[in-house]
Amino acid sequence: MNNKSKNIFGNGLGQLTIPIIAIAILVIFNLIRDPSFFSIELTHNNEGNSVLAGNLITIINGASELAILAMGMTLVTAACGGQDISVGAAAAIAGSAFVKILKSGDSISAGTVIIALLFACIVAMIFGAFNGTLVAVFKIQPMIATLILYTCGRSIAYWINGGATPTVTSPILDAIGKFIPGIPVPTPVIIVIIVGVIFKLVFRLTSLELFTQSVGINGNAARLNGINSTFVKLLSFIILGICVAIAGCIGVSRLGLINHETLLIDIEMDTILAVAIGGNNLGGGKFKVGGSIIGAYVIQMLTITLYAMKVSSTDVKAYKAVVIILLVVIGSPVVKEKFGKMMNKLRSRRAKVTVKGAERS
Amino acid sequence: MKRAKTLVLAVVLVLSLVLCACAKDSGDKKDSSGNNNAGTTNTSSGPIKVGVVNNPPSESGYREANVKDMEAVFSKANGYDLKTAYSLKNDDQLQAAQGFITEGVDYLLISAAETTGWDDVLKKAKEAGIKVFLFDRMIDVDESLYEAAVVSDMAKEGETAVKWLLDQNLSEYNVIHIQGAMGSDAQIGRTGALDEQFASKKMNKVVQQTATWDEAEAKKIVESVINSKASFNVIYAENDGMAKGAVAALDDAGITHGVDGQVIVMGFDCNKWALRELLAGKWNYDGQCSPFQAQIISDIIQGKKTVTSKKIINEEKGFDAKSLTQADIDNYGLGE
Repeated sequence: MNNKSKNIFGNGLGQLTIPIIAIAILVIFNLIRDPSFFSIELTHNNEGNSVLAGNLITIINGASELAILAMGMTLVTAACGGQDISVGAAAAIAGSAFVKILKSGDSISAGTVIIALLFACIVAMIFGAFNGTLVAVFKIQPMIATLILYTCGRSIAYWINGGATPTVTSPILDAIGKFIPGIPVPTPVIIVIIVGVIFKLVFRLTSLELFTQSVGINGNAARLNGINSTFVKLLSFIILGICVAIAGCIGVSRLGLINHETLLIDIEMDTILAVAIGGNNLGGGKFKVGGSIIGAYVIQMLTITLYAMKVSSTDVKAYKAVVIILLVVIGSPVVKEKFGKMMNKLRSRRAKVTVKGAERS
Repeated sequence: MKRAKTLVLAVVLVLSLVLCACAKDSGDKKDSSGNNNAGTTNTSSGPIKVGVVNNPPSESGYREANVKDMEAVFSKANGYDLKTAYSLKNDDQLQAAQGFITEGVDYLLISAAETTGWDDVLKKAKEAGIKVFLFDRMIDVDESLYEAAVVSDMAKEGETAVKWLLDQNLSEYNVIHIQGAMGSDAQIGRTGALDEQFASKKMNKVVQQTATWDEAEAKKIVESVINSKASFNVIYAENDGMAKGAVAALDDAGITHGVDGQVIVMGFDCNKWALRELLAGKWNYDGQCSPFQAQIISDIIQGKKTVTSKKIINEEKGFDAKSLTQADIDNYGLGE
């Protein structure tokens, strides 16, 4: 018994304790409120494909962009000890670049889409490298460095679009943003899985994870050990750039429309939150990408739960804030330490009692 | 090292102070000379000088069309000399207006970022004999300070749309109402008429949520309604983008929409792409928010139109998918 509780509340899940507890509480809350919240059914969409539908699908599907961005953001956070607040604006740029290429020809073929995707990736990587250079080479605080792109990013997207909100329609885009005919799972969900697997593979096959952690924990020590910390930081921003491009292109493909003002608006804050809920130290160092992904789903589940309860969307942010305050405070080192001490006391008291009991008998 | 830092700081401080002082100086000088200028230009003949203070075209598709329309109407060919200044910030706009007064334009056209703070500038314009027109947005000043205000009546846009909806004679109205950014003119106006229907129980409010003009958010709102199994037959979105987001949710769930569909789809703004959806029968209604005020102002300037009331409401239409033509799209559609 003692061991079990120690496992759950102590080091068993480690960093993932908070996000998993958070998601468990949300699930239980919804089960009590309305069990049909979790019902999933197979229906036909207007293109005649059979597709999965239900709140769970909405949550997992809707959080796709957030989850992908959170993966990249985790890396930046770990390496640089700061966050990129320009991801939303950069995604608008990448999305605009994507649409620009799509609209350059008369018709949209698979080839054009691939070129457009690559182009969007390159554009986002360049902007990522720009942010990365400011942070890694010029040693500017990440939040300040990325404030530049945060401020002007959507204007740049506007220039690329030439104003207005261009629309694009193509079955290939629908396959990216909605469903591939014959597969009932929304494509963005599949993309998240692919990106996640790629992250996992990269960590397995290269020393990126170790390098990132050591740079984040102590850049100088890492440098003295022969790790090029400037390069690692720069690389983290470039990888985030790729994530930004993917998220932006999914966002565009979902609706077949690029609105530079609203595409993935305010996503930067949710992304940072996902990283924080994931139990990652926002000051850099050790990290778990999986935690951030769960964090992303926690945020999305919270939003959809509030919508299902018909909470006015103007109030949703306030409710979200309350929950987030709780999560972050519970996850803070101070509370963790206090909690740990309390558990230790309890344990030692119990131990004493049993010892006393033993003496008496 | 520390001394060097304080030195640098001191230099920066002094420099910024000097710069501030300079800026103020030049501003004052311009003012005094500006009054003289204005007096002389009014008597001289030649092109009519028009200064336009507007929001930047990047603000929206609406603004882009508005700016283009201004440039087209107040062109050299039509006998105008157009000067423009764009900013989302009231302070910048005030400064630009001040600049135009100094330069001595004949007419000053303003679409203000904020409704307050314009008293002094407009009084100066009046002293200089410059006639002021407001367009698109009203300003909180005395009516005597401007010639006319050509504005949209957002409440009327909502009324036109709701009247159209009532004319559809549905047996019952279960409405998903997706609102714009709360507190914006467009949201308040377009919500008003529908709220009356909800209050009088003629229409049922399935859900009323703001998506703050965000397409993806609108999709989420409609998805949550679909998942809750509530029945609905009307989507009233306060702009085209949010209507598109809502329609994407319907498509995913296999719910038909538009003419002959299960759900009536209504949008606002009349973007060209949205009107094309109407023409294809996928949407039912799109309400116009006309950015074309320039011609009315030009007519007044040239004496072709007389001002009877200072507030001139720009006529706005509502388009029905059944009667929409390609010509309407070409004439009234915004963007591409």
